[in-house]
Amino acid sequence: MSIEVRIPTILRTYTAGEKTVVGSGATLTELLDDLEARHGGLRDRLVDEKGLRRFVNVYLNDEDVRFLGGLETSVKDGDHVTVLPAVAGG
Amino acid sequence: MRYDSLLDSVGRTPLVGLPRLSPSPDVRLWAKLEDRNPTGSVKDRPALFMVEEAEKSGRLRPGCTILEPTSGNTGISLAMVARLRGYRLVCVMPSNTSVERRQLLEMWGAEIVSSPAEGGSNEAVRRAKELAEEHPDWVMLYQYGNPANAESHYATTGPEILEDLPSITHFVAGLGTTGTLMGVGRFLREHVSDVEIVAAEPRYGELVYGLRNLDEGFVPELYDESVLTSRYSVGPRDAVRRVRELLDNEGLFAGFSTGAIAHAALGIAARAHQEGRRADIAFIVCDAGWKYLSTGAYAGTLDEAESNLDGQLWA
Repeated sequence: MSIEVRIPTILRTYTAGEKTVVGSGATLTELLDDLEARHGGLRDRLVDEKGLRRFVNVYLNDEDVRFLGGLETSVKDGDHVTVLPAVAGG
Repeated sequence: MRYDSLLDSVGRTPLVGLPRLSPSPDVRLWAKLEDRNPTGSVKDRPALFMVEEAEKSGRLRPGCTILEPTSGNTGISLAMVARLRGYRLVCVMPSNTSVERRQLLEMWGAEIVSSPAEGGSNEAVRRAKELAEEHPDWVMLYQYGNPANAESHYATTGPEILEDLPSITHFVAGLGTTGTLMGVGRFLREHVSDVEIVAAEPRYGELVYGLRNLDEGFVPELYDESVLTSRYSVGPRDAVRRVRELLDNEGLFAGFSTGAIAHAALGIAARAHQEGRRADIAFIVCDAGWKYLSTGAYAGTLDEAESNLDGQLWA
């Protein structure tokens, strides 16, 4: 039972330098809670009281979760979650 | 078709069907060939609109210096317009962009200030804002927050697509400044009920996300989430794979940002086909592949191409 989560360089201080960590849960919130148990401090960098932080993007199987169910998006075994800071293009 | 000058020929680009990549006669893909613009990219539209708006408002006067943070294409378009209108152009560009972008900028007479590769365009924006403070007489058009950027697509790209494809169900474009998606997206939503507006966002190598802290992240001021239906992150491997599919199946020679957009568009097409829904999916071909040949990513295996693009601002 695991969901792979890719962590950006900037947040690897919370994962002992690991690029990917695994967790479980039925929703993104549950997944983040599960990760927080082993990687303390990570959740607060991703969410605040209003939801996902402005400069944090989270993708479930490459789709931005803000257009799915936000933090309540359902996740399942075998899903891939990617966390990235927001950057400019153009 | 005859025009009075090169600038008059911006826009009115062809929309071409992709019969070989479309899954069925009911689910069709259409490519809007923005590489047919004067400098070969979609950015000619916002560059021209931003300059003309600044001239109208009196912010740009003869002899002015224009300043712009850019990963390349907007700078190239601005360089062409600035040369014709008699402005000096200073571009702030990350160092991890293709050599051709640099050569083209210099060819049209732009001056380039390099910003560090780490942090990508975020750093270019930050450096440009510093330069703007140091040189209050320079005019920063600022594509990320200039309403004329989105307006150029609302006024031209959107209406052109709707005229050529009244049955449109999906519009797919790249997410950089967000100008194309905001402009075309708003226009189509006003005219086509239930149209889906889909963003394809390039996912770069780790170097580009090398910010010192999350507060250095950047969301363009133009961005309004409510215009979009969904947003996909596309890595270099899928972008290169789709660029090759466009070449092999349809003869279309596109850049890698277009590959990322085509990846999202083909995903939508496959789903619509599977679910038995009719779809007319239009997507933007931002530019052709000429500027990216030096990356080596048009030849060799996908692994080699992916490694060649790692750390580059390939879209």
